[in-house]
Amino acid sequence: MPDQLLFAIEVTLNGLMAGVLYSLVALGFVLIFKASGVFNYAQGVMALFAAMTLVGIQKGQVPFSHLINSILGTDLHYFGWHIPALIAIVLTAGVMVLFAWIVERFVLKHLVNQPDIILFMATIGLTYFMEGFGDLMWGPDLKKLDVGLAQGGSLWIEEHTAFLGGDGFYGFFIDKLDIAATVVAALLVTALIMFSQYTKQGRAMRAVADDHQAALSVGISLRFIWVLVWSVAGFVALVAGIMWGAKSGVQFSLSLIALKALPVLMLGGFTSIPGAIVGGLIIGVGEKLFEFSVGPLIGGATENWFAYVLALLFLVFRPQGLFGEKIIERV
Amino acid sequence: MSETAKAQTLLEVNNIEVIYNHVILVLKGVSLKVPKGGITALLGGNGAGKSTTLKSISNLLRSERGEVTKGTIQYRGEDISTLSPAALVRRGVIQVMEGRHCFEHLTVEENLMTGAYTRGDGRGAVDTDLQMVYDYFPRLKERRKSQAGYTSGGEQQMIAIGRALMSKPETILLDEPSMGLAPQLVEEIFAIVKNLNEKEGATFLLAEQNTNVALRFAHYGYILESGRVVMDGPAADLRENPDVKEFYLGMSDEGRKSFRDVRSYRRRKRWLA
Ligand SMILES: Nc1ncnc2c1ncn2[C@@H]1O[C@H](COP(=O)(O)OP(=O)(O)OP(=O)(O)O)[C@@H](O)[C@H]1O
Ligand SMILES: [Mg+2]
Repeated sequence: MPDQLLFAIEVTLNGLMAGVLYSLVALGFVLIFKASGVFNYAQGVMALFAAMTLVGIQKGQVPFSHLINSILGTDLHYFGWHIPALIAIVLTAGVMVLFAWIVERFVLKHLVNQPDIILFMATIGLTYFMEGFGDLMWGPDLKKLDVGLAQGGSLWIEEHTAFLGGDGFYGFFIDKLDIAATVVAALLVTALIMFSQYTKQGRAMRAVADDHQAALSVGISLRFIWVLVWSVAGFVALVAGIMWGAKSGVQFSLSLIALKALPVLMLGGFTSIPGAIVGGLIIGVGEKLFEFSVGPLIGGATENWFAYVLALLFLVFRPQGLFGEKIIERV
Repeated sequence: MSETAKAQTLLEVNNIEVIYNHVILVLKGVSLKVPKGGITALLGGNGAGKSTTLKSISNLLRSERGEVTKGTIQYRGEDISTLSPAALVRRGVIQVMEGRHCFEHLTVEENLMTGAYTRGDGRGAVDTDLQMVYDYFPRLKERRKSQAGYTSGGEQQMIAIGRALMSKPETILLDEPSMGLAPQLVEEIFAIVKNLNEKEGATFLLAEQNTNVALRFAHYGYILESGRVVMDGPAADLRENPDVKEFYLGMSDEGRKSFRDVRSYRRRKRWLA
């Protein structure tokens, strides 16, 4: 095989793995949008907050230590214990459920029946609040997230693919972390689908997404379903936060992955779970391939805007998105 | 019917007033009683307030920015005005909303199963009731795996009723089951309602514009006009009442007249009487 083609394949593979993360973030958006019609601007910051909380819990950091120290004149920073990654993840998931409950109790509940734009504005407010709150709770410094996932290129894959090309080709370079992220994301999506298809609460969630009045009439509590959906979205954000954080550290820019999710949503449709997944992969692959093929001709750095241009083209020609909810029409 | 007249009153609505959006007064003092084991009809034209009355009872009103501002609603002697729809479903009161409202992307069977959401009596009991629903609506059994959004209007009405049955209700608030259905299908649906009433002992409060059909199947009727009950009585009496015949059944001794011609005159007479 010509080396150029092999490089293109490698770029595609790497793009797929980057796309997995976009898909995860977009998935969080779709879940909340379907169930409550809210475009949750805070999805990205939820990923950041989850990652910060995870690091804080793992390292035994004292929450609000700056605040406590400056008020009480103490010098607290760490509890002095170290919590294993798995337990810390479970605890963080618990924090995200608590967060979902608080959002429902103090924000959503009071805005029921308000126009969508008001709910959207509320989530923007929530975003800035959480940004500040996260900093206050865990400190604004860049944190290293380590949950024990393997890092670096996979030698095994390089060795076993090197024969495909000539002397200039050393085999595909694929980050082990990307492989882990893909596997975890696939498991997560499978679990989500099983949950929504085969459990009573999952069915109720889909019912609410279809017709919340009718759901109310059969005795489904919208408030409970909202807490449930926000919890699930919080958990998805946690997984995305772990993957992204492990890759490039936990810092403010992590919350910006939400901006990457936006074109994914335009592509995949705001209400389609498969759309979010496929859309994320297309954007991931698309931006890497574009950078690889066209980038050098126009000075590079195309990854910053490629996704948006692609999404805009989609908006023009297929506004409901790739998989935009089938609009049921009887014949 | 005489045997239902002495039956226990399950539901009692007492002089309620309903306001939407804090300003629009829609019900201006509606009272009615629903006896156990009966079919009670709530009749009236467009915008009379039938749906609003049912939604005040099931408490779906609040999610539409409506509010009961006066009067009381009691079920088995308990004030239910502050209960959530879910709590009411658990007490055996469920509403089948006007316009069917199926979950379009769920299959027919999934739609039915959502009706069992509040139940805690185990899988076996739920399955038994699912079979019961399929016995009443064999057509739903044939289509159980289809997406509800692709079923016909009549089938969707059956889904909506079947879904309510899955909650093991004592009282069903059925809003306009005849809406948009061919006459033959209307008969079919009402026959099933009658069957459910007689065989399963389900109590119905039924809102209908189709006075003719409703009065044939109901035991007792209330007629609503602009948010007030203007007449009530046993269905058999209402069927024979000249006003009802003229305004709602479309017949009169002097032959057919346009609704508009006689309406204000007759109505004034009724109010002055
Ligand atoms: N959500 C709402 N907000 C404001 N006004 C409403 C609302 N729902 C109903 N109304 C008004 O209340 C009045 C009664 O409506 P309702 O739906 O109870 O009538 P109905 O007797 O069920 O009529 P139909 O036979 O057409 O269903 C109407 O004038 C309607 O415009
Ligand atoms: Mg109505």
